[in-house]
Amino acid sequence: MSGPAGAGRRTAAAHRLRDRYRRRAPGEPRAVGYLYVLPALAVFSVFLLWPLGQTGWLSLLHWDGLTRASWAGLGNYRDLLTDPGLRAPFAHAAVLLLFYSVLPVAVGLLLTAALTRFRIRGMAFFRTVLFLPQVLAMVVVGVAWRAVLAPDGLLNDTLGALGLDGLTRSWLGDDTWALPAVGAIGTWVETGLCLVLFLAGAQRLPRELYEAARIDGAGPVREFFTVTLPGLRAEVAVALTLTLVAALRNFDLIYITTGGGPGDATSVPSYEVYRRAFETGEVGAASAMGIALTVVIFALTVLVTRLVEGRGR
Amino acid sequence: MNAHHRHHGRGRPRRRAAALGALGALLLAAACVPGTDGSGAAGPGGGAATATPDPGRAGKVTLTVWDQQTRGGPNAEVERLNGEFQRKYPNVTIKRVSRGFNDLRKTLKLALSGDRPPDVVQANQGYSDMVAFARAGMLVPLDSYAGLYSWNTRFPRTLLDLNRVSPDGKRFGTGQLYGISQEGEYIGVYYNKKVLRKAGVAPPRTWRDLTRALPALKRAGQLPVQFGNLDKYPAIHTFGVLQGQAAGSAEPVRETVFGRGGGFDTDATRTAARTLADWAERGYLPRGANGKGYDDAAKQFADGNGAFLITGTWQLADLRKPMGDDLGFMPPPPAAGRQPVTTGGEGLAWSITAKSRHPGVAAAYLDFLTGARAATVMTEEGVLPLVPGKAAEHLDPRTARGRMFAGWEQLNAADGLVPYLDYATPGFYDTLSADLQEVLSGKLSPGGLAARMQKEYAEFRAGQRTGGGGGE
Repeated sequence: MSGPAGAGRRTAAAHRLRDRYRRRAPGEPRAVGYLYVLPALAVFSVFLLWPLGQTGWLSLLHWDGLTRASWAGLGNYRDLLTDPGLRAPFAHAAVLLLFYSVLPVAVGLLLTAALTRFRIRGMAFFRTVLFLPQVLAMVVVGVAWRAVLAPDGLLNDTLGALGLDGLTRSWLGDDTWALPAVGAIGTWVETGLCLVLFLAGAQRLPRELYEAARIDGAGPVREFFTVTLPGLRAEVAVALTLTLVAALRNFDLIYITTGGGPGDATSVPSYEVYRRAFETGEVGAASAMGIALTVVIFALTVLVTRLVEGRGR
Repeated sequence: MNAHHRHHGRGRPRRRAAALGALGALLLAAACVPGTDGSGAAGPGGGAATATPDPGRAGKVTLTVWDQQTRGGPNAEVERLNGEFQRKYPNVTIKRVSRGFNDLRKTLKLALSGDRPPDVVQANQGYSDMVAFARAGMLVPLDSYAGLYSWNTRFPRTLLDLNRVSPDGKRFGTGQLYGISQEGEYIGVYYNKKVLRKAGVAPPRTWRDLTRALPALKRAGQLPVQFGNLDKYPAIHTFGVLQGQAAGSAEPVRETVFGRGGGFDTDATRTAARTLADWAERGYLPRGANGKGYDDAAKQFADGNGAFLITGTWQLADLRKPMGDDLGFMPPPPAAGRQPVTTGGEGLAWSITAKSRHPGVAAAYLDFLTGARAATVMTEEGVLPLVPGKAAEHLDPRTARGRMFAGWEQLNAADGLVPYLDYATPGFYDTLSADLQEVLSGKLSPGGLAARMQKEYAEFRAGQRTGGGGGE
């Protein structure tokens, strides 16, 4: 393809192409875009959308996992709303949300505010240590904390050594304390994640803003609320999303530490889904609970993106 | 549908519900519905065998076997017996897949629903597993093999009943035989001789001795009964022992578990719950037992912390290793002049799947696993055979192991075995284990426990009568 004729053809083709594009605004979606998305969409459909649809279908049935299923309609969902035994796990999840999401974000922000004001030697070391729980498998975390919280475990021994014998108790076996105890493990795990996210975000904030705030006579508290917190808005949204998803689909920790006990004091939706589907043969009820959990997580995530990150305004 | 169309002016929701129902019906009809039609339970299946199978003439056969004998003794015993079976029939190859109890339970359902399930599987007794499999037609009834191999006389009747499912696939403890078990197991009382000696307490001979020993041990500064219930199930075993003791004989509770008895709202239930709560309150059990793991409790008992440990025979080998001759064992001591009663039964049943192409060879394998030779091998490996026979004769009756074997024979002779309470309904394990944790913490009264147990039990029974059966 050389010579004047070839060049002419080329420019003509280029013109046609350019003409075609002039007719639409730049950045307007084109059909060919779907082709690019197709591989990912295929994988997503096979491994996520199809099972989700199947779960939705199963949630409308009564099925023991083996014999022929029978039609339940919305019965499984009605039970979810009316049966206190099925509602309780969601209430427990709400409590865990406080420990998994709200507390770590609050503590992370507090530490970030402190660490941006003072320089600390060996910061990289502390960051690594605080982030470590994120790297550990939840099963390992669960086994370790089970030993710490045992009646003659590390925590009670420490309390005893400090002369606080009155505070010692069987943390995971106590009707009122088991849920907060499991929650505290979550706080331990998630705080490091939040802190690392916020510290990275804080480094991005322009120094000038802090200087300006100080010149205007702002104290540490004022500085935090006018500079650090607004600047970290995106990071807070990410941290909240990640931690609340972790809180709501919390399964491994419950499975390892309490198995939902004592009584049903620490049963959570994802554990109940597993138990009903695999142990008691109530696949329909388990599916309905799974769908409800998905809806709750989805709604909360959207809420966080709207309110905290400020998208969609 | 027609009925709905005739209703005019009822608005949209109704029509939408009708449409949804129609869609559901359509999909059900279009066989989009998971599961089998459940007609298999009553079928004859492999039960049509008329002559003792001869695996030697079956040609080249590969038998796929899924078991859960993963721990020391049980694993060694199955390995040895598999080897011997293959030497006896060189044309048979056993492909063994061994998984832990929980893992096996979770994968078995899926494996059985597939087109090529294993030939032999170990199925857990009770409604959620064996009864469900039988109802779905996934297991072969073994009654004709039982006749050919005289299994009916080899095993005690009450233990064979645990592996039976009724022809309608709804009840268990009666009907067709769906499996046979290898091992016996029961809940007994372990004691640490050294700790008892230190406190000046003699090993109990009667239940009264035992209950009197508890305050004496407490006064001597020892923990009377080691116990950890974080895993939720151990309390069922302890409670079962106390309930059997309060009832005085095995029959009432056993009949209730099998769905024929007077239910759970009884004096025995309340007395047992009161005793359990009382033990916790008086400090005979460790403080905060609901927060202590089962394995931790066993380990602490082995370390000399605790005079008694009430748990199953499966724990004997692990306790004997660190404790040696300091370890004592007995079935729960009965009231003076009475026979012992305790919770107990048998290991998981070995069953043949309906789609197996070699049911005859599989039946011969089952017979071999539970025969006299197997009992000898199991005894050598420290496992309690369902029928110990001659193998147990040269065990020293003074050792813990000897007492375990002797106790088993005694319990069987006296008909003193109550099946695990969680066989009663599909959801019984969940509700009872959670409720017992609350009894231990004092949150649930003995009367409350009896009422809750009875409610769960009566609801399931009512559902069974109206045709719902197990499952949901």
